[in-house]
Amino acid sequence: MATTSMAEPTRRDFLYIATATMGAVGAAATVWPLISQMNPDASVLALASSEVNLAPIEEGQIITIKWRGKPVFIFHRTKKTIDEARAVKSGDLPDPQPDEARVKKGHDQWLVLVGVCTHLGCVPLGHQGDYNGWFCPCHGSHYDSSGRIRKGPAPTNLEVPPYEFVSDTMIRIG
Amino acid sequence: MSGQTYRPQSRFMKWFEARLPIVGFVYSDFLNYPTPRNLNYWWAYGGILTFMLVAQIVTGVVLAMHYTPTATAAFDSVEHIMRDVNYGWLLRYLHANGGSMFFLAVYIHMFRGLYYGSYKDPREVLWILGVIIYLLMMATAFMGYVLPWGQMSFWAATVITNLFTAIPLVGKSITQWLWGGYAVDNPTLVRFFSLHYLLPFMIFGVVILHIWALHVPGNNNPAGIDVKSDKDTLPFHPYMTVKDNFALVCFLILFAWLVFYIPNYLGHSDNYIPANPLQTPPHIVPEWYLLPFYAILRAIPHKLLGVIALFASIGVLVFVPWLDTSKVRSARFRPLYKQFFWILVICCIGLGYLGSKPPEGGYVIAARILTAYYFFHFLVILPLLGYVEKPRPLPASITEAVLKPRKA
Repeated sequence: MATTSMAEPTRRDFLYIATATMGAVGAAATVWPLISQMNPDASVLALASSEVNLAPIEEGQIITIKWRGKPVFIFHRTKKTIDEARAVKSGDLPDPQPDEARVKKGHDQWLVLVGVCTHLGCVPLGHQGDYNGWFCPCHGSHYDSSGRIRKGPAPTNLEVPPYEFVSDTMIRIG
Repeated sequence: MSGQTYRPQSRFMKWFEARLPIVGFVYSDFLNYPTPRNLNYWWAYGGILTFMLVAQIVTGVVLAMHYTPTATAAFDSVEHIMRDVNYGWLLRYLHANGGSMFFLAVYIHMFRGLYYGSYKDPREVLWILGVIIYLLMMATAFMGYVLPWGQMSFWAATVITNLFTAIPLVGKSITQWLWGGYAVDNPTLVRFFSLHYLLPFMIFGVVILHIWALHVPGNNNPAGIDVKSDKDTLPFHPYMTVKDNFALVCFLILFAWLVFYIPNYLGHSDNYIPANPLQTPPHIVPEWYLLPFYAILRAIPHKLLGVIALFASIGVLVFVPWLDTSKVRSARFRPLYKQFFWILVICCIGLGYLGSKPPEGGYVIAARILTAYYFFHFLVILPLLGYVEKPRPLPASITEAVLKPRKA
């Protein structure tokens, strides 16, 4: 074996590093489709919006509809419920947000929420819990009548999905 | 460790052995493999676990011949197995209860390791491979539980996959990647079926490494001292094969009792209701073997920290060989450790009980105390005991430990 100086990088070192780098890039490019195939596919993405007619929902009633495979709550709130939700100082909440920011302006009686507990994804039960909103039976999170987290392990408020009023009694979610 | 080596007699076997020395390998590593002569029945669970793994693979492969992994057909295909397929009820009950028996055996096997110090030098890698097998077992069992697509299946899948949403920043993307959608749905079920079929073979691979790592230093034993001479050992066959088989038959009596008399005892009636993504059952609990970890998760009133505590409670096991500072392996000669060992066993059973209860009031407080104690045992008691405890004198050899009556 001929002795070579280790201090000076040789052309062979350069070839080793260049080959290994190309190999790593090639391997990563090959693995990418194998990973990416698990993401939501085109047929799932295509079902991303639904329209709901609000007219049949009575005051005080909560209905549940399915959007993107998940439940969405639509709560027709009474004046009293709205006042209750607005009386709370939002700064004291675990995830501070005023009730006004969770509804569409001029449609304050309509609360639209993704019905998935922000803790571990169970569906909370309506008109229950210590704050007259929702209670999650899995791990005991309490949400108020604005869907804000008040007590329990959930870190954030119930999510408000992207939606818009198509007319006064019709919304499009997604 | 070396016993007698295999010497092929016939011309054919000489020819074959020179090309693939598999008979010699089986002979010296299994049949004539030297085992400590004082092994007790707690050492039978390695063989029992191997049997259970093969039994689960065999029943699983045949169940897959009748099961349909789609969200619309899965529930009905399980009922089809129960009602129409020849012996389908037997195969499914064997597979479902087999999972429970597998975990029962692995818990006994793990506590055996903790009691007799089987994780200590030179068996650290053997122990860590065991922890990896345990993790793979939990993943496999969880995905298998999802396949019947009942209410418990669906909501177990939802809660467990939502653990990943606790990861800061990328949690939501990772969870949607796991789901293949915006919620647990058909894509989730199909990939879980694919992985549930794959993982047992990965377990099988790690089991081979586990046995390899066992055969380098050889078995630990109830006295926890090294083999010093041939007088300390017996060949695996016939001594251990007979003993292991007797233990296996006793274990199978319990298994058969579950399967034939109370096949649904360990299940939940809610899982006979088809999955409904719009309604969570009022009280959801995992299978019994995951309850202690569920109790730890719920004991912490913070999402991310709860998830971290859950994974840390398993992860801490990897470090046990270094957290235990005592040079003495067997709890037989460690008067203090022996007591703390049993407190830990009670603590784990207590956590299991609390995991099955609703997360309110006194149950949560008790779960917090036991969670704290669980970590206290591994992180504080184990390291300190090595310095504080005065072990009892060890016998001079395994032979002496067997032949001289033990002083009480």
